[in-house]
Amino acid sequence: MIRLTNVSKTYGSGSGAVNALKNIDLHVPQGSIHGVIGLSGAGKSTLIRCVNLLERPTTGSVVVDGQELTALSAAQLNQARHQIGMIFQHFNLLSSRTVFANIALPLELMGMDKSEIRHRVIPLLELTGLEDKADKYPAELSGGQKQRVAIARALASRPKVLLCDEATSALDPQTTGSILELLQDINRKLGLTILLITHEMEVVKTICHRVGLISAGELVEEADVGDFFTAPRTRLGREFLNDFLELEPPKALVERLEEMPGEHTHPVVRLAFTGDAVSTPLVSRLARECGVDVSILQAKVESIQDRTLGLMIAELIGASDKTREALSYLENHDLHVEVLGHVQRDA
Amino acid sequence: MSSAMLNLVLKATLDTLYMVGVSGLIAALLGVPLGVMLFVTRPRQILAQPLTNQVLGVITNVGRSVPFIILMVAIIPFTRLVAGSSIGTNAAIVPLTIAAIPFVARLVEGALNEIPPGLIEAAQSMGATPYQIITKVLLPEAKGGIITGLTITVVTLISYSAMAGAVGGGGLGDLGIRYGYNRFDPMVMLITVAILVVMVQGFQSLGDHLVRKADHK
Ligand SMILES: Nc1ncnc2c1ncn2[C@@H]1O[C@H](COP(=O)(O)OP(=O)(O)OP(=O)(O)O)[C@@H](O)[C@H]1O
Ligand SMILES: [Mg+2]
Repeated sequence: MIRLTNVSKTYGSGSGAVNALKNIDLHVPQGSIHGVIGLSGAGKSTLIRCVNLLERPTTGSVVVDGQELTALSAAQLNQARHQIGMIFQHFNLLSSRTVFANIALPLELMGMDKSEIRHRVIPLLELTGLEDKADKYPAELSGGQKQRVAIARALASRPKVLLCDEATSALDPQTTGSILELLQDINRKLGLTILLITHEMEVVKTICHRVGLISAGELVEEADVGDFFTAPRTRLGREFLNDFLELEPPKALVERLEEMPGEHTHPVVRLAFTGDAVSTPLVSRLARECGVDVSILQAKVESIQDRTLGLMIAELIGASDKTREALSYLENHDLHVEVLGHVQRDA
Repeated sequence: MSSAMLNLVLKATLDTLYMVGVSGLIAALLGVPLGVMLFVTRPRQILAQPLTNQVLGVITNVGRSVPFIILMVAIIPFTRLVAGSSIGTNAAIVPLTIAAIPFVARLVEGALNEIPPGLIEAAQSMGATPYQIITKVLLPEAKGGIITGLTITVVTLISYSAMAGAVGGGGLGDLGIRYGYNRFDPMVMLITVAILVVMVQGFQSLGDHLVRKADHK
């Protein structure tokens, strides 16, 4: 439904040029919720603004619903934009218009007549839970209500794609939850394809099907959300995940960690397990089958959408051939094992 | 005060209102579009035209930097051409209007500049044309600011019109000079000033009221 091919964006020129996007390839299939996460300044906003050409890519092509936007005239592009709704971090509602009139705006732009507009707007007020707010002005609404108006407005032209630029970043956690629920609801009911960008793992965890990780203008990793939360492939991905899970080895231990195993060291590992492995009595099996003791430093069970994810940071205590055996045992049982380092046995 | 005097005061008041009203109206009709042009042709704006923008900017600045009293004298030939004479209320309307147009334009441009850029982007994301952005986003969102600007313009025009009166334009300024100053009638002077104060106060209150009604921020 959305396909970016080799998209790059450079701001400015000469020595002051900023390569905000570098050779981005992105495909979002029909009906999916795709998240893009990254740190501040990574190029998230630039990326999403390139999809509806609010920002014109320096090179590359943007295809939405089979139409190559980068090849359209200004008038054709305006037409095509009716198929692409967008919501923003700061809502961007018109303060001079009531809730009803804000939602009606895209329809007025399309030249729809008054009675037809009413027919479109009223169900949207219901969908977004704003029936009693139709005649209020944005200044009289809470942040969450404003974002609901913005969502209703974005849906008014019956788009096939919804772009969300940090749509929940200005909201408190509870309101964020209700907005995400609404987006999920819309995705299911209307089959709307959603591309959202965020710096919050919580958002990705709650509603995304797939996620891309952007860093310094490059998409460095892309995965199904379950896989990403189990085993991110990049260092940045792991940092995001560990920050989110608050699963860091204790500071005192980190200071003692050595990169290479020594004669008298044992490994410290981070284990992630999903599905059946969650309920396996792992610790006792390692002791029994490999003769290795497991000292658990931290452990946590998270549910990521319909999956259960277990996470553990542990020291494997035993002779080095035994701990090696334990590591391969774990890998053979569908666990994701990451060796964080090694600590001296006697320390 | 004699009834003759009263008639004079009344006529002078109406003359002032007439000069301010007509020049204010024409200045609004021409100044608002000019202000919009100044804004939308800026670099990176919806109808970016850097050259046009610079030319309009220079013209506007020239208009604003010439002191009114000099402008009035300098354009006498033009005033004659338009109004058929260089004295009287109709003649005064010409320089008043010319002074007010760039004034309005800059105030409107400033009001438009207060609109969060996100609103323009949101409209663009909905497929709005530049014309639709102007009529459905820029003007309605800046309505309060534009009314504030027009109020300032009217108040400024009242004081300019008194100046125009001093050189034969009629109105309260003319009355104040002829009777209050030349014949040294403090009563007339006082009444003239009092009426000007009430007029300014009245327009300001009206403007404030309209801004409150227009703004939902
Ligand atoms: N209009 C612009 N002109 C010049 N540079 C820009 C412009 N917009 C963005 N940039 C630069 O491009 C890079 C990416 O910016 P972008 O806004 O896409 O980041 P972001 O990931 O959305 O960050 P944040 O989370 O802070 O919103 C940054 O280095 C930024 O300074
Ligand atoms: Mg951003």
